[in-house]
Amino acid sequence: MADPMFSVRGLKVALPDMARKPAFGSAPKIEILKGLDFDLPRHQVTGIVGESGSGKSTLGRALVRLLEPSEGAVTFDGRDITHLPEGELRPLRRDLQMIFQDPMSSLNPRRTIGAIIAAPLRQNGMAGNLAGRVAEALRRVGLPENFAKRYRHELSGGQRQRVGIARALALAPKFVLADEIVSGLDVSTQAQILTLLEKLASEMGLTVAFISHDLSVIRRLCKQVIVMRHGQIVEAGPTDKIFAAPRDAYTRELIAAIPLPEIDAGWLGERQGKEAV
Amino acid sequence: MADARTAKTSNARIWLAGGWLLVALLATIFAPLLAPQDPLAQDLLYERLPPFWMQGAEPGFWLGTDSLGRDLLSRIIYGGRVAFLVAFAAAAAACIVGSALGLAAGYFGGWTDRVVSRIVDIWMAFPPVLFAILLVAVLGTGLSSVIIAIAVIDWTRFCRVVRAEAMGQARMDYVESARIAGFGRFDIMLKEVLPNVLPAIVALLSLEMGIAVIVEAILSFVNLSISTDDPTWGGIIAEGRLSIHQAWWVLVFPLVTLFLTVLSFSQFGEGLKARFDPVLR
Amino acid sequence: MIPALEISGLSATLANGARVLRSVSLTVEPGEVRALVGESGAGKSMIGKAVLGVLPPSVRIAEGRIGLEGTDLGDLSAKARRALIGAKTALIPQDPLTALNPSRRIGPQTTDRLTKILGWDGTRADARIRQLLDEVQIRDPERVLRSYPHELSGGMRQRVLIAAAFAAEPRLIVADEPTTALDVTVQKQILRLIAALQREHGTAILFVTHDLGVVAKISQKVTVLYAGKVVEEADTPALFADPKHPYTRALMAATPKYTDPFASLKPVDEAVLAGLATEIAAADRDWRAPHG
Repeated sequence: MADPMFSVRGLKVALPDMARKPAFGSAPKIEILKGLDFDLPRHQVTGIVGESGSGKSTLGRALVRLLEPSEGAVTFDGRDITHLPEGELRPLRRDLQMIFQDPMSSLNPRRTIGAIIAAPLRQNGMAGNLAGRVAEALRRVGLPENFAKRYRHELSGGQRQRVGIARALALAPKFVLADEIVSGLDVSTQAQILTLLEKLASEMGLTVAFISHDLSVIRRLCKQVIVMRHGQIVEAGPTDKIFAAPRDAYTRELIAAIPLPEIDAGWLGERQGKEAV
Repeated sequence: MADARTAKTSNARIWLAGGWLLVALLATIFAPLLAPQDPLAQDLLYERLPPFWMQGAEPGFWLGTDSLGRDLLSRIIYGGRVAFLVAFAAAAAACIVGSALGLAAGYFGGWTDRVVSRIVDIWMAFPPVLFAILLVAVLGTGLSSVIIAIAVIDWTRFCRVVRAEAMGQARMDYVESARIAGFGRFDIMLKEVLPNVLPAIVALLSLEMGIAVIVEAILSFVNLSISTDDPTWGGIIAEGRLSIHQAWWVLVFPLVTLFLTVLSFSQFGEGLKARFDPVLR
Repeated sequence: MIPALEISGLSATLANGARVLRSVSLTVEPGEVRALVGESGAGKSMIGKAVLGVLPPSVRIAEGRIGLEGTDLGDLSAKARRALIGAKTALIPQDPLTALNPSRRIGPQTTDRLTKILGWDGTRADARIRQLLDEVQIRDPERVLRSYPHELSGGMRQRVLIAAAFAAEPRLIVADEPTTALDVTVQKQILRLIAALQREHGTAILFVTHDLGVVAKISQKVTVLYAGKVVEEADTPALFADPKHPYTRALMAATPKYTDPFASLKPVDEAVLAGLATEIAAADRDWRAPHG
């Protein structure tokens, strides 16, 4: 791929396993990502899909360097960020933005929405015309300007997630990580948020990594998709191709497990074999 | 959304408890103006006078006198000076030390947390009252020794609660989102985590003031607080205990004052905590 | 035929008088799965809780009746009501972790209901649970019975809870979003199990869910709920073939479909929501909370 936004080679991430932490000393490390290789193209939405324990969220956090990889290399926009210390990352933060799964927990309850959107702007040297920028960010996600004065508990779930998007996009970042951003929402709200992200991504030419467990949503939003299982990539490529002809058995199982809103008497038909504990 | 009933009870708590504390505090500040008698003046002619509603009471001695003829109300008011001074100073000192360590341990985790937690564990293995008596014995009696002793013992209380709260807050996504925004860790600890831990600190601070009042009373009860001449609630109670059969009021009035003050401190703190919570508000 | 569950005109209010259920009526015939579908705040879980007699204290039933196999719960004393609910119903909960006591082993935890509530002797209860664990395809029942909840995977815990729910041969099971916390591949296995056991035991199920995909696969009848009001009721195939209410149509258009990505995931039209608001206002205008 010519000049990708991210180039990831042999990426491994090991985290301490708190469940097996002894009374004294540090916890043993458990390998979450077991050597990943892929490129993330510019100006596209790339889907990362997998079930719980697949390591998709860990991968996202390694991309925006909330986690430090234990092995391999992560190159962002031509620069190796694998082991950059916190201080040297700070100037890059503006371009490594994130929208969180739970908009409740990602908005500080003691700050107004306006303050929440303004803080990253101020921190990244965009303090000029702050009120105007905040209003513009809110307008872009379809929220009225006066929401700047409200607190998170005064907003609905969908409105909170719009604020999360506004905060990330206010910085005009090169890259946005969207981690399960619709999984806590009702279907009607989910559709609104996805349509909004789709529109903004194409208008602003955003590069987005869209993490989700829902293949139907990925199918709609993403040109490329990476399918993960147990910390490894099982299949990656153009979304159309993978849905038309999945090469990996797990991808096929994942697609077949989606309950479509259609009558299909055969879907529950045959009984499954017994399963190990 | 706000539960109206919770909000109402927390309001009532704040007003009742805060009201008592304010009255008591003002009384001690303006003690020279308010106290009807000199709290140290002995007069054997007036020994063991009963409170005003009983037979044999004398005007000007509203709550009666003790076995040396000193006016009980005046002694309780002056005793409050020691109680409040100790409450504010000791609780503030314990709060600052304990909260700072607890915040750092809870937010940074890792070795900071391991070191702080070990110290707290070891600290808490000492029986607190014995620890206090030992400390005062080493430092010598006096107001500052009492304050230091209480702070040295009780900072662990703040440390444990603040650590647990900070750990919970550190897991919230808004902490990660502040890192994404480019804030440094120290900034995040003070600007994002601390404000969310503050309600717990305020509630505990108020509770700790009550505890400090009790500890001071215990230390004066065993004669390890300040010089015996100045009245303290614990000292008055100790004296009252000796003449319980002849003059019950010398024991009962300071006990009731102590009880109401300690209860008010803890209720005031709980009420404030509920008030501070933006979700309950 | 006497319905396994018959709810008629059920209204519930909060302490401040706000109505959370608006004259809900629905029936579940014996051996039938009725899906109760709606978004958050629709009151679907509340209906399940009302049937099981576990409404939170802040919610009051203002009017209406709930009948279990022909017996009106409102006619019974509190004690008799508990006994009837205990004997005739069971719950498959949403979160298989919090529904199990973390400090007790699976074995005693699952037989308790049979021995303590229904008065079975220990051997019979034990044999029954083993039989059901076999039916939910747990290969190593010994080990599962000796385990603590945290030692099992999410799918495994949900199997255990399904076994426990069917063990007492209830006439009605309330399944409250039983697969929402699970991965899709596990969800499919669990849905298959519930469907198979339901057929074999002839149990009626009130299946609460927010997912129209799950509705299509598991149910024969469906009730669509919005803001505590029934907006549409139909046989499941009929609902998907020809949804009548604009809200049902909007909900279907909003549900993602990988087979048809650009026709699905449509945001709900403002006009539909405005229409619903008018309907609900009209329903509330004619309604007065009965006294007493």
